[in-house]
Amino acid sequence: MFNRLTAGLLASTMLAGTAFAETTITAVMHSGLRVLDPIITTAHITRNHAYMIYDVLVAQDSQFQPQPQMADWTTSDDGLTWTFTLREGLVFHDGAPVTAADAVASLKRWAQRDAGGQVIMDRTESLEATDDRTITWTLTEPFVPMLDVLSKQSAIPPFIMPARVAETPADEAITEYIGSGPFRFLEAEFQPGLKVVYEKFDDYVPRDEPADWMAGGKVVNVDRVEWVNMPDVQTAVNALSSGEIDYIEAMQVDLIPLLEGDPNVVVEKREPTGMQTMVRMNFLHPPFDNQQVRQAALKAITQEPVLAAMVGNPEYYQICGAVLGCGTPLESTGGSETLTEGGGQDAARALLEEAGYDGTPVVIMAPTDLVALVTQPVVVSQALREVGFNVDMQPMDWQTLVTRRASQAAPADGGWNIFITNWMVPEISNPISNPMLNGRGNDAWFGWPTDETIEALKEEFIDAADPEAQAEVAARIQDHALDNVLLVPLGQYTLPQARRTTITDMIDSPVPVFWGINKTE
Amino acid sequence: MSGYILRRCLAVIPVMLLVAVFVFLLLRLTPGDPAAIIAGDMATPAQLERIREAMGLNDPIPVQFATWIGQLMQGDLGVSLISNTPVSIMVAERIGPTISIAVLTILMSVVISVPMGVLAAWKHRSGVDYAVMTFSVLGFSVPVFVIGYLFILIFSLRLGWFPVQGFQPISAGLRPFLSSAFLPALTLSTIYVALIARMTRANMLDVLGEDYIRTARAKGAPERRVLFRHALRNAAVPILTVIGTGFALLIGGVVVTETVFNIPGLGRLTVDAILARDYPVIQAMILLTSFLYVLVNLLIDLSYSLFDPRIRY
Repeated sequence: MFNRLTAGLLASTMLAGTAFAETTITAVMHSGLRVLDPIITTAHITRNHAYMIYDVLVAQDSQFQPQPQMADWTTSDDGLTWTFTLREGLVFHDGAPVTAADAVASLKRWAQRDAGGQVIMDRTESLEATDDRTITWTLTEPFVPMLDVLSKQSAIPPFIMPARVAETPADEAITEYIGSGPFRFLEAEFQPGLKVVYEKFDDYVPRDEPADWMAGGKVVNVDRVEWVNMPDVQTAVNALSSGEIDYIEAMQVDLIPLLEGDPNVVVEKREPTGMQTMVRMNFLHPPFDNQQVRQAALKAITQEPVLAAMVGNPEYYQICGAVLGCGTPLESTGGSETLTEGGGQDAARALLEEAGYDGTPVVIMAPTDLVALVTQPVVVSQALREVGFNVDMQPMDWQTLVTRRASQAAPADGGWNIFITNWMVPEISNPISNPMLNGRGNDAWFGWPTDETIEALKEEFIDAADPEAQAEVAARIQDHALDNVLLVPLGQYTLPQARRTTITDMIDSPVPVFWGINKTE
Repeated sequence: MSGYILRRCLAVIPVMLLVAVFVFLLLRLTPGDPAAIIAGDMATPAQLERIREAMGLNDPIPVQFATWIGQLMQGDLGVSLISNTPVSIMVAERIGPTISIAVLTILMSVVISVPMGVLAAWKHRSGVDYAVMTFSVLGFSVPVFVIGYLFILIFSLRLGWFPVQGFQPISAGLRPFLSSAFLPALTLSTIYVALIARMTRANMLDVLGEDYIRTARAKGAPERRVLFRHALRNAAVPILTVIGTGFALLIGGVVVTETVFNIPGLGRLTVDAILARDYPVIQAMILLTSFLYVLVNLLIDLSYSLFDPRIRY
């Protein structure tokens, strides 16, 4: 009897020991997760969440090249038929196998929301599941960047969901969160804006290739990942120092000294390409309905003071005049010399005079509640004033800005002339999906340029047969975008990340991913 | 007494109705678009419009108001526009930390500040009095986030006595709860200690000059009895008012402390909802806070008669 009792106690102790050995990574991400539908939103935190629980057919590697993920592909000689074959062993978190019908429903919903998807759909004759594992996509004309669009890792990747979920109208948010990715979403533990918990999905079968950005084998080495939102980065830094959390996805550069000298913490740049910050003008109203005035504004601005005010430490910013981002395959810097090197003020004054600028006030919307957007409007306003613009910088919260930027009214009647925003470089690295390069007037992004040349250039890009030809068209797109001033690139920056030294083998990727990571005690 | 309570309870209805109308209209007149939060920065104007339509944000304002009031009548606070979570669940998750820390803060404040105020009044113009007054001015003047960071630096990072951040409910055990709630409550209580100590001192000074205090002393009553039974009880009414309104303020107005200590409370819920224009959550939070204010005021009014028998309802 006593022995049996002892054995029972021992067994329960061992069980408790096993439970205790569960590995959990506690991470503070750049914002709290609130929207759970990665197709309805382009928010980065939702995309990051989606990469945890969903998988994609084709994924991008660190060379920006598409690689097989859920599926391999073949294409017909005429380039009109694309056949994707799902690999074996794919299962949703509810135990159901992933079928081609699920993939087709997911792709159709995605294509309604994503600019690249819409371009493919404009050329689609049929998209159907020809058997349980085969997706056949037939086009009306060849579309060379097909795989680039399907594999892009930002805004919006085509995540695969069960067909019953993907049948939700594209403008309504999904209400069931089942994927086939390497982690399961624990809905019972989800607290919107506060905490989200993922558990390793034991039935996930990773690919054999090593992980490389979003491609390769997603091997999970931890049991749980918890994302905790801390709106105050100082609190997150304190928590990292004391060992209460393992990882901070983004922190302000001026907080780095607090962690320097801590032997248990590593501060590093993990995001290889970073973010682009840029100016957008309103093409509908004076003075920026005049190309020469837009060019004057571009020439008035120099990137260095903008980035110095915004980031401070030159290690974390990069002067870059490329519309499609520096460090990308289509990087080109034509027309950006004054932005990157300065000295365009005299040319700006001459252009203003030639254009007959009459002192019309330039309304610059300046958000006050987003740290990453507070300084740029101030520096840009000053640069414009110095060449003779009459600037009216109006501070407001970001929500007021997003409402007001949708208004096509004249600036004096509640409209606007300029606002500034930031993009992740990979999401603006392709002319098809870069929102600034949409020249379809009222259907374009805020600012509403009507620009037939940019639309024609994008068609040329789509038809370009190989990477060299694509790069050549991209260079012309760069020249035209800055000549017509579809945007003013203000440079690139990267926010430092920090982790405990117990966290190892993190994958360098623009999307923070939690496969591959090991945690030692 | 019961007639008075009934009248006060009935008065809550028009107050809440007015708050509801006012909040609803004010929010709809404020610029902002929850659809933009959902859709993200890359959405085109046409996509935003379709999402707005699907969310019912394009319905006429009277229709939206009628829908909301109809839901409220059935005890339904609605669903968050951003996360699709029922507002009642969001509030229920957040109210625990907020109430726990508010109660602990008020307890700590009263235990520390009332004796301090009494002592300062008793030893008027002495070193003790000046020390209490100096502390009060400091507690009032130093921003709460500075005090919070200082406490974290000393007690968490240097001494390692408390966690840097986070909250554990009482259900997780008294020790984890106190460990997580002590520093935030101590931080918040610095303001309330300063306020209540000053209030207690000022009222005690008034009362200590009264004839009945001199009479009590002349009768040979011990000083402790004079101070705490005769003087403090008569000085209690204004002190109670400060404590009550302080408690109500702690329910919705401690965003900074919640942020510094990463406490998932109602203050952060409200601010996040305002920044995202999550109308149902903002409306529910303002209604809840207004209701709490009304309730706390009623309880304070009723408690007056316990301390001052001259007050009768």
